[in-house]
Amino acid sequence: MQEYFLLFIAAIFVNNIVLAQYLGNCPFIGTSKETSVALGMGGAVVFVAVMATAITWLVQEYLLSPLGLDFLQTLAFILVIASLVQFVEMFLKKMVPPLYKSLGIFLPLITTNCAVMGIALICQRKEFPLLKSVAFAAASGIGFMIALVVLAGIRERLEIRRVPRAMRGTPVGLVMAGLMSLAFFAFKGMI
Amino acid sequence: MSRLWKEFSKGLWKDLPPFKLVLGLCPVLAVTSTAENGFGMGMAVIFVLTLSNLLVSLVRKIIPAKVRIACFIVIAASLVVAVELLMQAYAFPLYQQLGIFVPLIVVNCIILGRAEAFASKNPPLLAIADGLGMGMGFTMSLTFLGGLREVLGHGQLFGHTVVWDGFEPLSFMAAAPGAFVTLGILLALMNFFTNLQRKRKGLAPVDGPTHDCGSCGVCGGR
Repeated sequence: MQEYFLLFIAAIFVNNIVLAQYLGNCPFIGTSKETSVALGMGGAVVFVAVMATAITWLVQEYLLSPLGLDFLQTLAFILVIASLVQFVEMFLKKMVPPLYKSLGIFLPLITTNCAVMGIALICQRKEFPLLKSVAFAAASGIGFMIALVVLAGIRERLEIRRVPRAMRGTPVGLVMAGLMSLAFFAFKGMI
Repeated sequence: MSRLWKEFSKGLWKDLPPFKLVLGLCPVLAVTSTAENGFGMGMAVIFVLTLSNLLVSLVRKIIPAKVRIACFIVIAASLVVAVELLMQAYAFPLYQQLGIFVPLIVVNCIILGRAEAFASKNPPLLAIADGLGMGMGFTMSLTFLGGLREVLGHGQLFGHTVVWDGFEPLSFMAAAPGAFVTLGILLALMNFFTNLQRKRKGLAPVDGPTHDCGSCGVCGGR
């Protein structure tokens, strides 16, 4: 129990997937202009990351490793993630329309979100067992969501401020992300 | 010939990734703690980008529009596997340094973005020129950013000490916050100089390029 608690704290705060591990920066900067959009994107990432990590773990364990095809890991993982995203999209559209309405537009973006594939790869490199991988994926996804929502909140306030023209948009977003990253640095010594 | 040069050279300044074409930020931030890592990453991207542009351009008339993105992903992923194997064989220390960012080249928006925006609409020779140019621009940017952070963060450049005695390295620059802030300030400087140029020509100033997921096209433009 304690192990999982520490895993959650470490993945959310100490090794935050965006702010400390540099994964998933494109959606982090791209979809952080409004809090509602950020929440939707964050939710979609948590959902897909958990499923993708579980499925890629099974693929690696029962398909790639026994057949000696480890070198095809990258190819297999991206195909699994791409088809999973398609599948989830179709499923939600048919079965849970309200959820599809809020998450639907973000799902296609997730295929190229390196956070999802990054989490699956980190689990493989650290040789986590299945349950721990899933917990790690959920925690990392939540860490991504927190970072995204906080940055969106900051950028919403920046909208009504007078930012120098050259800094407007992406540059100021990146500097703000840097300051957030610095703030999260304070968690470094915790675990 | 001039067309070929135009497509090649646009990646070096006019559409210089990632400053003018804000795509593929993860490796830009992650591997630029030293100039050498930035350069190595850039080389891997040149390889994948040029070949994926060539292959996409060759098959552009055969693949149906509906499954084109899936085909681009398979092409990019196969090339990334090749790069991984090559790096394991000939550049193992670099491979270990770059870590999971080598397999993650496959989800770098630059690869899919160029495949969708350029290679799938142009003949092979132009596609190669575009891929080489964009790749070299990307390498230049990464090496520059890496060099800047290495000098300020470690006081070294390509592993050689370049600063005076008593220089106190800013460890902040070598870590994650430094990456975000440096890239943000460089982007702002780029916008500033673009507008200075426009002013001299008597044109109205413009806002800088926004982070553009649209040109990646994986989501079908949604």
